[in-house]
Amino acid sequence: MTTQTIQHNDAHASGHEHHDTISLRVFGFWIYIMSDCILFSALFATYAVIGHNFAGGPSGHDIFELPFVLVETFVLLASSFMIGLAMLAVHRGDKNKTLIWLFLTLILGAVFVGLEVYEFHHLIAEGFGPQRSGFLSSYFGLVGTHGLHVTSGVIWGLILLFQIGSKGLTENNISRISCLSLFWHFLHIVWICVFTIVYLAGVL
Amino acid sequence: MFGKLSLDAIPYHEPILIGTFSAIVVLGVALLAAITYFRKWGYLWHDWITSVDHKKIGVMYIVVAIIMLVRGFSDAIMMRLQQAMSSGGGEGYLPPQHYDQIFTAHGTIMIFFMAMPFMIGLFNIVVPLQIGARDVAFPFLNNMSFWFTAFSAILINISLFVGEFGQVGWLAYPPLSGRDLSPGVGVDYWIWSVQLSGIGTLLTGVNFFATIIKMRAPGMTLFKMPIFTWTTFCACVMIIATFPILTVVITLLALDRTLGMHFFTNDLGGNQMMYVNLIWAWGHPEVYILILPAFGVFSEVTATFCKKRMFGYSTMVWATVAITVLSLFVWLHHFFTMGSGANVNAFFGIATMLIAIPTGVKIFNWLFTMYRGRVEFTTPMIYTLGFLVTFSVGGMTGVMLANPAADFVLHNSLFLIAHFHNVIIGGVVFGYLAGLAYWFPKVYGFKLNERLGKFSALCWIIGFWFAFMPLYALGFMGITRRVSTFVDPTPLMHTMFVIAAIGAGIILVGILAFVLQLVVGFAGKNKEYDLTGDPWGGRTLEWSISSPPPEYNFAVIPQVHDLDAFWDEKEKGTAYKRPDHYTDIHMPKSTVAGPVMGLFGFIMSFSIVWHIWWLAAFGLIATVLTFVIRSCSDDTDFYIKKDEVELTENEHFKNLEKQQA
Repeated sequence: MTTQTIQHNDAHASGHEHHDTISLRVFGFWIYIMSDCILFSALFATYAVIGHNFAGGPSGHDIFELPFVLVETFVLLASSFMIGLAMLAVHRGDKNKTLIWLFLTLILGAVFVGLEVYEFHHLIAEGFGPQRSGFLSSYFGLVGTHGLHVTSGVIWGLILLFQIGSKGLTENNISRISCLSLFWHFLHIVWICVFTIVYLAGVL
Repeated sequence: MFGKLSLDAIPYHEPILIGTFSAIVVLGVALLAAITYFRKWGYLWHDWITSVDHKKIGVMYIVVAIIMLVRGFSDAIMMRLQQAMSSGGGEGYLPPQHYDQIFTAHGTIMIFFMAMPFMIGLFNIVVPLQIGARDVAFPFLNNMSFWFTAFSAILINISLFVGEFGQVGWLAYPPLSGRDLSPGVGVDYWIWSVQLSGIGTLLTGVNFFATIIKMRAPGMTLFKMPIFTWTTFCACVMIIATFPILTVVITLLALDRTLGMHFFTNDLGGNQMMYVNLIWAWGHPEVYILILPAFGVFSEVTATFCKKRMFGYSTMVWATVAITVLSLFVWLHHFFTMGSGANVNAFFGIATMLIAIPTGVKIFNWLFTMYRGRVEFTTPMIYTLGFLVTFSVGGMTGVMLANPAADFVLHNSLFLIAHFHNVIIGGVVFGYLAGLAYWFPKVYGFKLNERLGKFSALCWIIGFWFAFMPLYALGFMGITRRVSTFVDPTPLMHTMFVIAAIGAGIILVGILAFVLQLVVGFAGKNKEYDLTGDPWGGRTLEWSISSPPPEYNFAVIPQVHDLDAFWDEKEKGTAYKRPDHYTDIHMPKSTVAGPVMGLFGFIMSFSIVWHIWWLAAFGLIATVLTFVIRSCSDDTDFYIKKDEVELTENEHFKNLEKQQA
């Protein structure tokens, strides 16, 4: 069925041109990810420089709860795995499986965001908000930016669910889900760095 | 309801601003009336505003740049006038808080809203044509980037009449730019206009990087790319590598100001030097982003008007790459006085001086290209010659400043001001103006008046020397930057400042001549038409097609065999060959999403400046929603039928015969 859709789309053009479109878009997205990587490194650098300016407030040792963060990490890890399965389904041309795995990816992504919101809310409620110290500003800045990225990934994925659901695995949709998958894995790699540099190093 | 915005925000009491405002309103109304009277709205909307054609987007970028050049230059001449007056004793005509807004706006506008759009405009017009492509990699993104830039330019200019602009210098160092010392909206205007245009620039960088890597004509290997394309490529690498830092650092400043966080504050663990480091980690590569494409223009111009292949093409490329890499390791030379110690300062001082080597290689390449060449003294060539002399001086004072010991004395003085204007005007501005004169006939099909062009170029060059050489001397005399009045002015100082003001006046004449050149070009009767598409005897692919180029650029994608691909074809006699047959051409469709997203982004930014949170949320959601709706549409491209292509191409061949006859 999917193959038919693709052929239909290609009625006007050589398949070659469309194949180029996917590779061009994914390439462009890789470049965007590189720039996003620099964005996070600037935030990491800021955390490295002012992350010890506690200003009489709490340190990471006082406020981080590693088991909770570990749960967050595993939720994100699992979602990364799910989107990998979704991509395998895309390559097989299996629309329904793609939708299911993508849906599960997004659920886990949303759970991750929920956990992070809970954590932030908890900290702010205890008076350890981003206005408290340089350390907390840079912590909220870095982790919050990652959270915002995941949130936009979830929104993007929801739209993609709708697009794939209504139009199937068209060339456009394949390039979109390929980019989303790149984005998702990238965010997971960033999270590994956050986990190590912010939480582990903060508690140890 | 309207946050901090109230009628008090309008500066009724400033006669200069009210005068400017009235003039802009009158001119604006006249312009809108003219468009309506001549029924041009549909044309503007379909052919320009929603267009994804890279050539048109390029023209729009350059229109923004020229308008902003006039705005930024007005600021400059006001400052020169103020200092010429106050150095004679007295207060001058500008109160300090107004003077401070002017120098902040001058720097911000000239870099972000004059130089960057001018550069990106040239990228747009030239790069796809030079590499034999039909458009850029992501045409919709290109349109969107333009509208973000255009609306950010509008935002910064609104600060003239609604509220105030920052009084903090063009890079807004905290703690001065923090909420305690700058409680007004000025810095927020700065933050959000720069942020909006920065996003546009970043997307452009990604776009052109992908375009150059993926869309070159067959046979055009990396080392057969024209130099301008190479410099664009390297500029894009730097944009991708550094603009995210700018995005981060001003977002953090905005968080400090708006939400009271402590990234760069004096108290509770903030660190101002982190801001200064981050902003220059972007800021220094930024000046190389600007200068490299200018170097590219000079290379194209020199090779064309000396009728010779570029001397040392591969050293030119490697020098460009070397500058790209080195530019990322020199940022600390902007604040040797931070106190990072002798060794760190020595590292950055030496890294900075090293950049003089590849730059020197380039200078010699241009000189040796001219050597024994048949030099034609056209407008772009006059700019190039002016550049070679002027920029070399600027480079040398740069090496002086790169020495940390000397910098301790010279930093923040007018010597520094003279230095960076020396390289920015002598390099970037001359380069872009040369590029405009050089590629203008490609875009519009006729040449600009050469006599006015040469006159304008000479005014720029001579005016520059008068305006900035005194500033070097004043810097040695110990005068610091950004002061509107002087405690103990001397007659010598006053003379110097008057000479500098005269220099600015000469540049003004140059700008007027340039504007006149445009008026004569578009409205005049005796146009020097370019029927061949190759008015200068060009060497690269953009000259192989008609002027102006058809929407699809190349009816048949060219096969490249050599550097200077078109010259090679002309030598071998394979140029201007009719292809056996034409095919349908796949093209992107115009889109309203770009301008609409730009508008909503603008609404969001304006609302954040004034703390109108509901409207800011609306702006953000509407921007995202527009993008989503656009992404759900599959109706994004169309085909130009081969008959139509054949018709257009035949027209061009007819013109060619007419010219040859």
